Parts: sequence; C-alpha cells; structure tokens
Amino acid sequence: MSPGFQGRRRSAEPALPPGQYLTEDFPVLSAGPTPRVRPDVWEFVVATETGAEHRWTWAEFTALPQETPTVDIHCVTRWSKRGTTWQGVSLDVLLDGVDTGASYALVHSYGGYTTNLPLADLRGGRAWVVHGYDGRDLPAEHGGPARLLVPHLYLWKSAKWVRGIRLGTTDEPGFWETAGYHDYGDPWREQRYAGD
Amino acid sequence: MSSPLAAPLTWRVARLVERRDETPTAQTLVLDVPGWPGHLPGQHVDVRLTAPDGYQAARSYSLAGPAEGERVALTVQRVPDGEVSPYLTDVWATGDPVEVRGPVGGWFVWRPAELAPVLLVAGGSGVVPLMAMVRARRAAGSRVPFRLIYSARTPADVIYADELRRRARDDHGLDVAYVYTRTAPKGWRGEPHRIGLADVNTHGWPAELEPLCYVCGPTGFVETVADLLVGLGHQPRRVRTERFGPTG
Repeated sequence: MSPGFQGRRRSAEPALPPGQYLTEDFPVLSAGPTPRVRPDVWEFVVATETGAEHRWTWAEFTALPQETPTVDIHCVTRWSKRGTTWQGVSLDVLLDGVDTGASYALVHSYGGYTTNLPLADLRGGRAWVVHGYDGRDLPAEHGGPARLLVPHLYLWKSAKWVRGIRLGTTDEPGFWETAGYHDYGDPWREQRYAGD
Repeated sequence: MSSPLAAPLTWRVARLVERRDETPTAQTLVLDVPGWPGHLPGQHVDVRLTAPDGYQAARSYSLAGPAEGERVALTVQRVPDGEVSPYLTDVWATGDPVEVRGPVGGWFVWRPAELAPVLLVAGGSGVVPLMAMVRARRAAGSRVPFRLIYSARTPADVIYADELRRRARDDHGLDVAYVYTRTAPKGWRGEPHRIGLADVNTHGWPAELEPLCYVCGPTGFVETVADLLVGLGHQPRRVRTERFGPTG
C-alpha cells in the first residue's frame, strides 16, 4: 500500500481495462518521424502464404463499402479514449475472396513499422482499415492516409500508415513485439509486456 | 527486455531514498529497488500506487540515469490535475513503498557500444531519457560525440541546469545548445522562439555523418523536429522518437 494515496478516478461509469485511465485528448505515440504518404501513390496489399497478392489503389479502396465504427481505444501507455468514431473498410471486406489457410498476419506500414496478430482477430467485424476520424480525413500523425484499427487489442496493433498485410502459417513478431511488448496485447488481460 | 520470450516483468517494492528539486515543477526521485535488474538509457519504468481500498493507479516514467546498484532515479514533472505525479512529488515520504516494474522499452535506447555520433533533441521534460544517455555515455567512458539541443520555456524550466553546464565543460565530446520558447536569459543572442530549421541545422550533425537522432518531448515538438531532421536528409529509421502524452 502507498501511505497517503487515495486515488480519485473511480466512478460509476463502465469499467476500463485494468490499469487504464481516461483521456479526452488524443495523444500521439510513434517510434519515428511521421511518414507523409500521398493518396495517389498509396496502395494496400494483402499477400497470402502462397505469394498471391490482392491490391487496392486509393480510389479502389475508398470505393469499397464503408463503415463508421464507434469504439473505445486503449493504449499500452495507459490512456484510454471512449467513443472514437472512424471511417473505413472492414477487414472482412478486404479479406473476402482472399484464399488462405494462414493463421497469422504481419501488418506492415509506410515507414517500416510492423505488428503481428492472429488472422482471426482481423475477422468478424472487429478490424478495419480506416481513413477518416471524427468526420474528417485521418491526420498523418494519427496514421493517415490510412491505418489499421483493431480496438479490442492495445493500440500499437492498430498500425498507422498501413501499407499491407502478409498472411503466414507462423507467427512473426513485429516492431514492438520484438522490443519487449506482448505478442498478443489484450488490454482486458493487461498483456502489456512480454511474459504478461 | 528485448526478447519475445522474456520472463515476465515483476512488480518490485521500491522505497524513496531522496528527492531533489530540479525546477519549480520537476523533481528527481531516487528509489531503492531491491532486485533491480539494470537498464539501458532511454528505458522507462511503470510506477504503481495502491490506495487503502485496493484501488491502483500506474504511470510510466523515464529513468534519469544509470542505476547505481539497486538505486534508480526518476525525474517527474508534476501534472497539476494528475493522479500519480502529485503523489510522487508532494506526498510520497522517504522510506514509503511504491511498486515499480521495468525496465520497459527496447527501441528508444542508446547502447554505449554504438559508435555513430548522437543527436539528442529535448522539449521540456523530454530531456529526462536523453539525460540518461548523456550520463550513461560518461559512465561508460564512451567517446562517441554527443550533441544535445534542449528547448525549454524559460531558463528556470531547464531541468539538470547545473549538471548540464558542468558536463558541457567536462565531458569531452558533449555539446549542449539551448532554445528558449518564452523567456531567454540575459545576454542571450536572439529572441525566444520555437525550435526551427536553423537550430537543428546549426546545432545538430550533418546527415552525411549518419548520426543516431533521439527526439523526446510533447507531440507538436517531436513532430516538428522529426520532420526537420528528415527534411535535412536524415534517414527516418535513424530518427527515434518518444512523445510525451499526459502522464498525470
């Protein structure tokens, strides 16, 4: 126990994942400079374990059926933000017609960032590639022109400046996953660091 | 700390040994952490407080220098409406326990075995992990040339001011330059300003030397400096950033 510590952020509102606190602003966390990617050269590629590739240009991507999910997001640095609204394309749409027996996905970004997650976590209406935030184009510092959004995992899994997904039969750790962070990153089980 | 197969990081009980005022709003806290495994400069630690009813709150803080045995130092900027930092700076008493877990972070670190020149660019309390690198360099007897550009609002807001003055004089190969955004010291050449191209170009390294660049501060500061460095020809992969959100 910490003598003299009361804490003061308990309230009746729905619980946050353990160890998180609410923030109203939208902190920016990234490991390096913000890449500036022009939509006219942007592309998104899903590559399967057999080497088959599925590509979308910006025009093709934005012409796909759009969704506007409103979700809570949880950063491993302990802030959570409620009710964020995004616009983008469900991974169910992007993966529809992709013939794969893979179990794992390695997401890669402009700028070189990578993150890994089970392919199952990208399916079932739980993951999107988003290009809008709060009714506007997604700002570059938050991952624009487009980022992954997988709100049921810590936010580092929601790769900014997303460029593609490589599907594979083995789990390959990404950037933070090789720098001490958890391989899966479930905020409700507080999987922050390797071994949690 | 850098292997996906690493053992779990355990919470350890730490006790406050000493506190030092750095500025009117920042304090260095020296903790005794039995079993501390050591750390690299740039890494941080989670600090967790527990209330009588079991409620807990935790935040991350940068380690301010190399460990001395089982003693580690944090420098904490007091966030006025924060939940954890005011406890650490105002309430926590010598000998009282808190829990800590770490070290955390395997990217924003400097390893003394690195031979490339280093540019450190600090905004406000973003200087803390960069000071850890400056201190580790000296502790390791490294001759790697370091340059630190430190942006502060006023001279009174400069954390580690005396030590930086001494190190700039005594630590061979360390240069320190300041940018003041609101009030500059008497006799300062130029007006207070936000960091810009001229500052980074004048006090940094040419991109051809392929330095490792570490930038730490508030989001807007880091965005600006990282963009300037890329604009000056630095490879984005050699520009490592750490952005301070609210860490109350």
